[in-house]
Amino acid sequence: MVRTYLLLVWAWTRAAAQYPVSFALMTVGGFVTSGLDIAVIWVIFTNTTSLGGFDLSEVMFLYGTAALSFALADLLFSNVERISQHIRAGTFDVILIRPVSPFVQIATERFVPHRIGKVIQGAAVLVFALARLDVPLERGWMIPVMVASGTVIFTALWALGGAAQFLLTNAPEVANAFTYGGATLTQYPLSVYGGELVRGVTYVLPLAFVNWQPGLYVLDRDDPLGLPYWLRFLSPVAAAAMALVAVLAWRAGVRHYRSTGS
Amino acid sequence: MRLIGFGFRRHATYWAAAAAGAFTNTVFGILRAYVLIALWQARPGLGGYGVVEAVTFCFLTQSYIGPMQVFGGGLDLPQRIRTGDVALDLVRPASLQLWSLSEDLGRAAYLFVARSVPPTLVGALLFGIVLPAGLATWAAFMVSFVLGVVVSFGWRYLVALATCWVIDDRGLSVLSMILTTFFSGLMLPLVIFPGWLGTLARALPWAAMVQVPADVYLGKTPVAGSLAFQAFWAAVLLGAGALATAAARRKVVIQGG
Amino acid sequence: MIEVDRLGRTFKVRGTVVHAVRDLSFAVEAGEFVGYLGPNGAGKSTTIKMLTGILAPTSGRLRVAGLDPSRRRTALARKIGVVFGQRTTLWWDLPLKDSFELVRLLYKVDRAVFRRRLDELCSLLDLGDFLTTPVRQLSLGQRMRGDITAALLHDPPILVLDEPTIGLDLVSKAGVRDFLRRLNAEHGTTILLTTHDLGDIEQLCRRVMLIDHGRLAFDGTVAGLRAIVPGEASIEEAVTHLYLSSRRSPRTPPHRPAPDPPSVTA
Repeated sequence: MVRTYLLLVWAWTRAAAQYPVSFALMTVGGFVTSGLDIAVIWVIFTNTTSLGGFDLSEVMFLYGTAALSFALADLLFSNVERISQHIRAGTFDVILIRPVSPFVQIATERFVPHRIGKVIQGAAVLVFALARLDVPLERGWMIPVMVASGTVIFTALWALGGAAQFLLTNAPEVANAFTYGGATLTQYPLSVYGGELVRGVTYVLPLAFVNWQPGLYVLDRDDPLGLPYWLRFLSPVAAAAMALVAVLAWRAGVRHYRSTGS
Repeated sequence: MRLIGFGFRRHATYWAAAAAGAFTNTVFGILRAYVLIALWQARPGLGGYGVVEAVTFCFLTQSYIGPMQVFGGGLDLPQRIRTGDVALDLVRPASLQLWSLSEDLGRAAYLFVARSVPPTLVGALLFGIVLPAGLATWAAFMVSFVLGVVVSFGWRYLVALATCWVIDDRGLSVLSMILTTFFSGLMLPLVIFPGWLGTLARALPWAAMVQVPADVYLGKTPVAGSLAFQAFWAAVLLGAGALATAAARRKVVIQGG
Repeated sequence: MIEVDRLGRTFKVRGTVVHAVRDLSFAVEAGEFVGYLGPNGAGKSTTIKMLTGILAPTSGRLRVAGLDPSRRRTALARKIGVVFGQRTTLWWDLPLKDSFELVRLLYKVDRAVFRRRLDELCSLLDLGDFLTTPVRQLSLGQRMRGDITAALLHDPPILVLDEPTIGLDLVSKAGVRDFLRRLNAEHGTTILLTTHDLGDIEQLCRRVMLIDHGRLAFDGTVAGLRAIVPGEASIEEAVTHLYLSSRRSPRTPPHRPAPDPPSVTA
């Protein structure tokens, strides 16, 4: 499955490379569009020195890890958000007559390598923040772990959003509230949000494990809500749980389609 | 007027999509409201807004996304240009621009009901928002809102018509989206943009789409000056649109595409 | 090759149960060329969807190439080629040859085998001129030839075509028919084809099945179909007669006129 995924991605990348100018412009476009978020953070910090108890470098660290995770998931799998288009156009039938998992087919279809612009932007912000933060190595090991876990969590969110579209074929935008909403939520320290919302994204929809809980560990900060210390190490567990739920939901979605024909 | 009704009914068939859009706008409204609350707790009275006014601003701007099509699009025009059907529209006796404008106003009227009211109500329930000071402010806000839709149409119409000349219109719509979301006040109130950037942002047409109607609602700005500002940009953009339509007619009809 | 035994499929449409296919039984032997007819909404597409594993049946038993399509979808996909006349399996914005390359990766066809097969299909279907053209710029006839090629690159023993000649001009139609005839005769590929074009049936199929109201209304040879109406009836007259009579009494058992089992290809 991984091999098929990579081969298909490579085939679509070669197809995109046939239009180098368009490719370059869209890459720059992705970089600039996601740069808007950081412009917003910059405008906020021209008005204040701390947001939710975190200074600019810390907020940029949290933003950078979340943006990098989201951009990687977006680059690799976000195309599954187009599933409702396939269902409405009847082309999901075409996907089902092929001997490859529908998830892999849709995720790779029209794979747009220019989303790499967003990845570069997220990584650049993260590097910039780390240069100002001076994180020691004994806590820095968490950074790759949290980016990997965050990527899995966002990917699972895309898959859940895709699975939901089997039922909400005419309202695929609902999924955006969770995917792009999740990305927006994690761009800021969760301390700015209300306590119930933070508990919700810790214990129900584990977005707090993308960057907040492990980020508190890396930044060596107390949890403003006083949640247990060991939560900081649970990102991989949360990612695995989300992935499992997403796989089950996606399968249920495909089964629903094959049993109702719509 | 009949065309406005047609636009309204046509978009009313997509109620599920509108409901989904309203849901998404509401979720984003809640997230943004928290960020603004955190900022206004650190800087009370920033930009002349109190915390409740900042939250109100946030939900108002989310509620504009649908009617003002802040992320772009909303017009059939680029699709019709790509397929060549636009030639049929251009030879009709009715003006393509006015025709599109009436349909767009109908769309905006429907989306005002379907996508503006829900986020505002949820914002009011969860956080509490302020209401306009009196009947005069309500009236001024409605006028300002409609002018905002016209300015938004004027801009989107120009972007759409540019498809006649630009080969890859996707890049153009991305650029338009960046300019509109950032300079309209959707992401942050323009009143807190620093120095010359703030001055510039408040003078550009995108401010007339989101920032100005919200300020009129909150009573933060002299009504006559604000409406004149919006009317100015509406006239400029519609005028440019008329010129572009004439140029498009020459290009498409006379040169044959 | 295909065994269908009391197959049924119901849908819930606004609370009421609709029988799209009911009590459908037939068998297709290896090497047969079968036409599958029926008016719009008779259950043709539903049958095709169940045969190809897209849709699970609500009752009955189904075997295609020895596999249960609803359980072994991916295994079946390697043994069956599917062509939809109304929607393409190719990618609109890619050149035709890139679409074929993607199909190769999806079906894991060995590169050398793929090249040989593509050359053969290219010369048979005359694709050479537009291999580098994006699919959206192809004419309907060119696109259909591309779609048929894509469905055959993994060399499936069964080919299912859902209205492959719809909208084609006379020349394209003749080209497609000629190719399918040769594929069946020379390669022994089992072919099941749905169509509204009775010319397809007369020129290609030895055996015809006709479905109406979800039931089989006729199963036999083309000559047997003509013989339903007394006199020198054309195939149109026979089919119209069957459609109308099944409309009057939708519960008549299928016509099985002649004890003339469809012969296996020579």
